Amino acid sequence: MSIENILNSASVKWMESEEGQDIVISSRIRLARNLMDLPFPLRLDQKAGHECLQRVKAVCQEEMPAVLNEVEFSGFDQLNILDRRILAEKHLISPDHAESNSSFGAVLLNKDGSLSTMVNEEDHLRIQCLLPGLQLAAGYELAQHMDDFLESKLEYAFDERYGYLTSCPTNVGTGLRASVMLHLPAMQMTGQTSQILQNIGQLGMTVRGLYGEGTEATGNFFQMSNQTTMGQTEEEICNHLQAVTEQIVEQERVLRERMKIELKYQLEDKVGRALGILNHARIINSTEALTLLSDVRLGIDLGILSGIQPYALNQLIVSIRPAHLQKDVAQEMDALQRDIKRAEIIQEQIKGIK
Amino acid sequence: MYCEECKQKPAAVHLTQVYNGNIIQSHLCEECAAKKGGFIFDPGNKFSIPNLLSSIFGNSYGIDPNPMTEIKTCPGCGMNFNDIRKTGKLGCNQCYQIFAKEMEPTLRRIHGNSQHIGKIPSRGGEKVLLRKQLDNLKTRLQEAVNSEEYEKAAEIRDNIKEMESKLA
Repeated sequence: MSIENILNSASVKWMESEEGQDIVISSRIRLARNLMDLPFPLRLDQKAGHECLQRVKAVCQEEMPAVLNEVEFSGFDQLNILDRRILAEKHLISPDHAESNSSFGAVLLNKDGSLSTMVNEEDHLRIQCLLPGLQLAAGYELAQHMDDFLESKLEYAFDERYGYLTSCPTNVGTGLRASVMLHLPAMQMTGQTSQILQNIGQLGMTVRGLYGEGTEATGNFFQMSNQTTMGQTEEEICNHLQAVTEQIVEQERVLRERMKIELKYQLEDKVGRALGILNHARIINSTEALTLLSDVRLGIDLGILSGIQPYALNQLIVSIRPAHLQKDVAQEMDALQRDIKRAEIIQEQIKGIK
Repeated sequence: MYCEECKQKPAAVHLTQVYNGNIIQSHLCEECAAKKGGFIFDPGNKFSIPNLLSSIFGNSYGIDPNPMTEIKTCPGCGMNFNDIRKTGKLGCNQCYQIFAKEMEPTLRRIHGNSQHIGKIPSRGGEKVLLRKQLDNLKTRLQEAVNSEEYEKAAEIRDNIKEMESKLA
């Protein structure tokens, strides 16, 4: 069972960062698709909702291309709210999808969590591909395989002029939202994020926080994605985002190098203090933890600290989220208990850092 | 990113407006955006995309003043344009046809003056594909005529005829 493995595993595909993937943490491709003859999820009644669910379920039982790596169907009747929140914290489904009480919600996950398709979220199908580092083209290719497979069995709502029809008019056209998760501590410390991210808007990109729409940029993490979905081909959208991302990465690198020289002591002080607090705090909330872990991550990236791999840091920032903590201790916890448990987990994971 | 107005709080409202082809971007915090007006705000609620969208829809720009059109409902899902304005979402694929006129300014505001040029599903999209190929052939025919390659032009012309009969 893929789903059990994914729920219990500390790691999914996008967390497997390697060296050099220190600024772009992950790349995500999302395709919004709807079935031809059923109302969009917002207007689905019980009967039509189950009809939609059954059609998608039936497709998953057919033979699928090996490249998809064994996609499996999991209905929300098999996933309790904690399981769904865990998937959301791993970025495999949206927080909205996790919280929805829809009896016809489902998720299609493959073995390594690189492909995750939400069923009956805002659209009937939201195909997502998540990969570590800057891999938009590879991500689009994999998402495309999933799209082709589903499309060979299901008839999509498509219009010659408007393209793929979606519930929200901001997604119509390609239905493609390509995004990258960026870690930009140097830009933030030197006060340049607001200016640079503002200019990004003029390049047709939007920036959001760690968990997407409406979330704040905690721990210097930013999600950048294309703003419009119509009027460009999928390749153009991906290439454009790739180009803007590369420029931002370059800027961040230049700033990091300069800080290393010009602000050597301040930087070492900041990183050292962060590690000190994380090592000795007994109670720590999520925001403080993410902020300090961001400093530690920068310290690792710049060679001030060593003793932990980038993938372990990725796993750590997810494993200290509320649902993961709760699953870990297998019982309900109040905020204080969570903050204590969080401090414990962090200390265990960072004890090798020097 | 910080609010352009107060430069203190994180920008939570990102608005793109297109006026006569010029794109105007604003990034504001909720408070400054509320002060500036122009959006529908529910102070008790967190600012959300549907709210922002419904305010885009709500602009008098896109609404037919004729009350008769307000009552028009979509046979596919039962939504009327008021529902779409309220939720910021369409109810089914037929809505795009039924409310094409009403949606036009909204789509233009979001996506500019454009149409879909990306992927086409092979299923249900056969005609669209054929038409695209046809356009392509017509361009090639013109090129062949221009460069006086008449044999090639005749061949392309036959292809076009064959395709047109398939489309008919």
